[in-house]
Amino acid sequence: MSLFAFAGAIESGLLFSLVALGVFLSFRVLDFPDLTVDGSFPLGAAVAAAALASGIDPFLATGLAILAGWAAGLVTATLNVRFGIMNLLSGILTMVALFSINLRIMGGPNVPLYNVDTVFDVAESWIDLGLWTNTLLIAVFAIGAKLLTDWFLKTEIGLALRASGENPAMAEAQGIAVGRMRLVGMAMSNGFVALAGALFAQLQGVADVSMGIGTIVTGLAALIIGEAVLGRRMVFVATLGCIVGALIYRLFIALSLSAGWIGIQPQDLNLVTAIVVAIAVILSKGRAQRSRRKAGGAPNTAPAAKKAG
Amino acid sequence: MLKLDDISVTFNAGTPTEVRALTGIDLHIHDGEFVTVIGSNGAGKSTLLSVVVGTVKPERGSVYLDGEAVTAWPPAKRAMHVGRVFQEPRLGTCSSLSIEENLALAAARGKNRTLKGALGSRSNRQWLADQVAKLEIGLEDRMTQPVGTLSGGQRQAISLLMATLLPMKILVLDEHTAALDPGAAAKVLALSTEIAETRKLTTLMVTHSMRDALAVGHRTIMMDSGRIVLDFTEEERAKLTVQDLSNLFGKAIGKQIDDDKLMLA
Repeated sequence: MSLFAFAGAIESGLLFSLVALGVFLSFRVLDFPDLTVDGSFPLGAAVAAAALASGIDPFLATGLAILAGWAAGLVTATLNVRFGIMNLLSGILTMVALFSINLRIMGGPNVPLYNVDTVFDVAESWIDLGLWTNTLLIAVFAIGAKLLTDWFLKTEIGLALRASGENPAMAEAQGIAVGRMRLVGMAMSNGFVALAGALFAQLQGVADVSMGIGTIVTGLAALIIGEAVLGRRMVFVATLGCIVGALIYRLFIALSLSAGWIGIQPQDLNLVTAIVVAIAVILSKGRAQRSRRKAGGAPNTAPAAKKAG
Repeated sequence: MLKLDDISVTFNAGTPTEVRALTGIDLHIHDGEFVTVIGSNGAGKSTLLSVVVGTVKPERGSVYLDGEAVTAWPPAKRAMHVGRVFQEPRLGTCSSLSIEENLALAAARGKNRTLKGALGSRSNRQWLADQVAKLEIGLEDRMTQPVGTLSGGQRQAISLLMATLLPMKILVLDEHTAALDPGAAAKVLALSTEIAETRKLTTLMVTHSMRDALAVGHRTIMMDSGRIVLDFTEEERAKLTVQDLSNLFGKAIGKQIDDDKLMLA
């Protein structure tokens, strides 16, 4: 693998760790399998690109993309919480609607960003690390998002959100408005994904309506690989796993593309991703079962309970 | 004071699977009164509790708390006054959260949850540990452990503490010892009565055990087919044995009790 390919893998790994963090919030913390992601990623790209094209400051444009992501998450959560539409379907509906909305925002299937300054151009004017400037900026966003998530999930609201996802009946019995927590978490999740989309468009120099396809699978792949490597016991570790998992995943992809073994071509990437996710899920399942057996069955078995009596 | 006024609940109304879970329930429970509820499967005991905590809305009738109609209050709002312990230990707590995080959730009940750290200051954490120490099951030194690592009995004790952590009025216990082994069940039951007594809580406890129903609290009601068929005051039930209760119940519903678990316990 060339240095260039390596740098590219690190760059996109850090970028997709934002998606993984979003997917972690919805799939893991809220227990809400959210497919909005395939729409909110290009939404972030579209909003940022449209804003940049109309001369708005790149960081402000990126901020607007995050706001758009929040809105997308709120729509999905509202469909589910307020109108009782099944969670999977809510996400799919928003995702499908976003395809049209993104076309509207961009005024066409894509918006090139060659003649405008992006966040990366601004960053380069501050500090120029050559090949690594972009990587540094994305790393700042990714680590910032990770630390923000770590902090948030330890606050009163964050704890209520975790309880709502893990045990809604108990959360309700503790006076938590479970539906409202779902709104908060989904907004945050899609905000991260839209941020990733906005950065991706500025990195590539183009926003394209079809660039969201497979985002959810990539995010899940990163999340699951991270869990397989680091586990998911504590929040701090789980969010770190999102970054590590995304890096491993992109490095693996870059490696398999550059090595040329078994003749993997760019068009095979989705197949490779699906296989990687499937294998990671199967492996982590096996690990969970082994650790359950080691613990000696369910936690409320009699010998353990006697200690309480 | 808890008052249920002419409560009726029907599940799947208008469909072939229609079930009349509660029919015209009138129940008046004084402040600090501990009522045990017993009845065969499908008698409506759990539905009764669900009406009290607000997870089931009655189709007719009203629920009053200290004279205030709370029938329309959602469960999250009622949680300010009503604490609940579930039958299944896993349901009352969050496995992945630590003991102190679970308690912090309960400590914020009825307050506006903010972006402050959930565990709060050192003194706050110490206060939570002190509350756990009162359970006398040695968990105060394990506050940062995930609740998922605890036994069923320990989890139920934590659930009980969470339900009663803040000033509240009504304690609802839904067969909360049924999933425990006998030793842990006895300990959790003793803890429940102790907390209810010292805090003078108005308590509704559903149980499958006739012995527990007679031994615990101040008053026992028996339910069948969505109705309260027997209601014993403290003096009345003091003279009753489990066998008497079983016979009276059989007479009241016009057939022998066929629920083995209810008989033998």
